[in-house]
Amino acid sequence: MSVTETRADDAALRRAARLDIEDFNAAYCAVLDDGNLEDWPEFFTEDAFYNVTSRENFDHDRPVGLVYCENKAMLQDRALAIAKTSMFGPRYLRHYITNTQVTGIEADGTICALANYILVETLAELPEGRLHQAGRLIDRFRRQEDGRVLLSSRIAVYDTLLVHNALVLPI
Amino acid sequence: MKMLPIDKRYVWPAAGLERVPDWAYTSQEIYDREVERIFHGPTWNYVGLDAEVPDAGDFVRSYVGPTPVVMVRDEEGEINVFENRCSHRAAEFCRELRGNTDEFVCPYHQWSYDLKGNLSGVPFRRGVNGEGGMGPDFRPENHGVKKLHVTRHNGAVFASFSDAVEPLEDYLGEEMLSDFEAVFSGRKLRVLGHYRHTLSGNWKLYPENLKDPYHATLLHTFLVTFGLLVAGNKSAMIVDPKGRHSTMASAKSDGTAVSEENKAEMRAYRDGLALADPRLMDFIPEFDSPWSVTMQVVWPGLIVQREMNTLGVRQIVPNGPNEFTMVWTMFGYEDDDEEMTRHRLRQGNLMGPAGFLGLEDNEAIKFVQDGMLNSTGGEHLVVLDPKVPAGTSNTLISEAAIRAMYKHWRQEMGL
Ligand code: FES
Ligand SMILES: [Fe+2]
Repeated sequence: MSVTETRADDAALRRAARLDIEDFNAAYCAVLDDGNLEDWPEFFTEDAFYNVTSRENFDHDRPVGLVYCENKAMLQDRALAIAKTSMFGPRYLRHYITNTQVTGIEADGTICALANYILVETLAELPEGRLHQAGRLIDRFRRQEDGRVLLSSRIAVYDTLLVHNALVLPI
Repeated sequence: MKMLPIDKRYVWPAAGLERVPDWAYTSQEIYDREVERIFHGPTWNYVGLDAEVPDAGDFVRSYVGPTPVVMVRDEEGEINVFENRCSHRAAEFCRELRGNTDEFVCPYHQWSYDLKGNLSGVPFRRGVNGEGGMGPDFRPENHGVKKLHVTRHNGAVFASFSDAVEPLEDYLGEEMLSDFEAVFSGRKLRVLGHYRHTLSGNWKLYPENLKDPYHATLLHTFLVTFGLLVAGNKSAMIVDPKGRHSTMASAKSDGTAVSEENKAEMRAYRDGLALADPRLMDFIPEFDSPWSVTMQVVWPGLIVQREMNTLGVRQIVPNGPNEFTMVWTMFGYEDDDEEMTRHRLRQGNLMGPAGFLGLEDNEAIKFVQDGMLNSTGGEHLVVLDPKVPAGTSNTLISEAAIRAMYKHWRQEMGL
């Protein structure tokens, strides 16, 4: 195969992966925005890593996260804690994931991707809504036997240094 | 018209410490007096950790109360704290959250300051071609930035505007010092990162929240359900003799030990929930303390968190009467192995702006401020545990620590 053909193949693969990821993220946001939070861990592999952290931490290799999960079980515990135990005021949260880029496909098929996100929060006492977070997602997707992709890692890095009060739902 | 003095306009309720008036939380005038008398008064204010500025020239932007300061390590290894306000035209000159530098240069007219806050350079001091510039009597040594007193204790750095503040050990007192030293034992710290968030409430509601053990057994379903803090557990609400500092302490129990009677009182209790990854609640003993959890308030603006093995400090930065920012610094110890660091990070899910417990306190504080702002002036009821008028109590079902805090506050405020 010529170099040009490999490149063309590669571009086609990346485009296909990007479309899969965009579909994935649309479904992911739908679950967080309007669905059942306890379905959220199903977007991840068993060994997935998930972290929501500020750019301040990320840029200085500080590992803490507002949310820090090392596997799907921890994601399930977070979903349970929020859905069944946490007290917070009623709100709507809407997630937007855009500007998806596939930055590489590794030998084992893992897709590396970047995207931007914003999270808009509307409270009953703040009916005009406000930007809650803006940032980027640093993702790794693993293709499953049935062809679906699942997240094996998602790191949400927010530029909006100050969190308004509390982050009640994941990114 | 001559204004009445402040203590005639803000009169504490006749019932005494069993009531706290709304104006203590909502008045700009009271807030301004707090900045002057408390944050700028004879108090020690946490500004950062030694471990954040390991090398000469390392600095972080910080605050004393609402006032921006810079904490920096100088060439001699000392830590200096000075106001982040240029002596020329008041510019907040240090703009980076942290970094390393050999001097601070104000961006506006490039006055420069050394790592101790001394004014070291004024461009065109002698003018140009013999015209303009500073007058002959201008003495740079009189125009450094405002320097604060600094004290350090086992890795924590405190600053004070006051010349009259007592040594930190006396300020904390013996009992509080020993809780403080459970975390700050002299083991070298490793910073794991920061959280910053704004809370929609008066800054005092945060120390009050940690002097209110009653809520902990009721609001925090997670805590109760997984046995971290349950009415009936071994626990204490310890207050220093002056009423300003405190430690809320508890020892972890097995969740199954909750009595049926206590369960019935707690709507929050959920039977039958289980964690998919129970490592979250593991407590690895590592402290010289009978408690698995201590939440310590070092008056006025520091909280030392030891939630089992997840450690951190929270710094309160008030932004007026109705809002404050909280800056969290999470840490472990330099000699932690990889697994211990991960354990601290995992357990970090309990706390912080998205913590299973942390987010509930943020919400509750907002609800309290909303309640005051959206209704006519009134007062809070702080009456639980009347046998202890103010101070240390052996029961969680008590508000004696809040009463102690207001006893001290009223003295400091002259109200
Ligand atoms: S304001 Fe700083 S140099 Fe002028
Ligand atoms: Fe709480």
